[in-house]
Amino acid sequence: MAIAIIAISLGFFLAKHKPDKAKTSPYECGFEEFEDARLPFDVRFYLVAILFIIFDLETAFLFPWAVDLRSIGIFGFISMMIFLGLLVIGFIYEWKKGALEWE
Amino acid sequence: MKQDILLLIWTVIKIVAIVLPLIIGVAYLTMAERKVISYMQGRIGPNRVGFGGMLQPIADAMKLLFKEIIIPRVSNRYLFLIAPIVSFVPALVAWAVIPFGPHLVLANINAGVLFVLAMTSLGVYGVLMAGWSSNSKYAMYGAMRSAAQTVSYEIAMSFAFVGVLMAAGSLNMQNIVVAQSGGFWHWYWLPLLPLFVVYWISGVAETNRAPFDVAEGESEIVAGFHIEYSGITFALFFLAEYASMILISALAVTLFMGGWLSPFQGIPVLGAWFAWVPGLVWFVLKLCFFLYLYLWMRATFPRYRYDQIMRLGWKILIPVTLVWIVVTGALIELHVGPWFS
Repeated sequence: MAIAIIAISLGFFLAKHKPDKAKTSPYECGFEEFEDARLPFDVRFYLVAILFIIFDLETAFLFPWAVDLRSIGIFGFISMMIFLGLLVIGFIYEWKKGALEWE
Repeated sequence: MKQDILLLIWTVIKIVAIVLPLIIGVAYLTMAERKVISYMQGRIGPNRVGFGGMLQPIADAMKLLFKEIIIPRVSNRYLFLIAPIVSFVPALVAWAVIPFGPHLVLANINAGVLFVLAMTSLGVYGVLMAGWSSNSKYAMYGAMRSAAQTVSYEIAMSFAFVGVLMAAGSLNMQNIVVAQSGGFWHWYWLPLLPLFVVYWISGVAETNRAPFDVAEGESEIVAGFHIEYSGITFALFFLAEYASMILISALAVTLFMGGWLSPFQGIPVLGAWFAWVPGLVWFVLKLCFFLYLYLWMRATFPRYRYDQIMRLGWKILIPVTLVWIVVTGALIELHVGPWFS
């Protein structure tokens, strides 16, 4: 498995070099003058990133639970429902607070 | 030692056997896209190069290969060159775990779904790096939009995965396919229909395709994150986009449409008739259907506004998946139907 993954990535780095050589004249600059493009960006993008982390962690918890659901039975199911319920309360709070609004 | 070298060579051969058709598929997907959309708009599309335009993608590739690579003066040179590779590699690496047939899989690993999810998430780094290192306003905006959008839809997408995992009880792609055996009505698209729809919508959004292509909307921010790229570096972004389109379609086939299984399985006469067809054929046919769906959606729907995209992702898709995960859990606990018994 590891060999396969390494070999694949290696394969792609090798394949990348071939077309790279084909470029006719490298490192040229054909670019109109611009000022700095690294402007401060909207804070909402940051907010989305933070919310994403919360939900991504939630999926990280859900994955093993989902795989083993049949063997942990009704007890496992109910515990996860409680956990999900807590997260849904958080989600509703975000929603009401307007964290999900874009104007 | 000799065993290891042989194994390595065999693995490389298998990789080439997957990647070569994939690259050709990508080339002809661009062709198919132009043709399909042309006919949908009452045009003919490319028809000059080769027989009825059949050599057009090769001509395009040649053109891009011989184009000059322009590196903007103000850019971060190394990041700028690494970005296309970073977005291209994950789109191909994820193919290692997709099962093409009963035994046709490069790496039959137990964490297959997790691996695919990780690889599809990595694509966003390439976009962000490209946007940042270009040091151009449009590229920056495109990258910001694309990153926020991908990240939002990824949540809905992984929740949809959770539903499949619950139904199949395994992270192994091959096991997931086998768990769906029993014919068309046993595939997971039916019991997990809301998740399937959510998966498909977020898959389209995740690849930044129309109608969710604000990240590279030509009429808004010129071309988005890859505006500064030319020649083969641009081609790599292009390839990455199309390869991940095919990947998303392949995942839809594997997780919801029974992978390489025959749709006629279990039907008295037809099942026997089509029993000789190899799984790969079914896989490719289903794949083509989903790719056509991509093109169809692009030709049909107008582009979403950015706030509409975010609203759809957070306020509709995520609640739907959450509810359906609970429903699926209950169905499994109650052993309902032919799927969860």
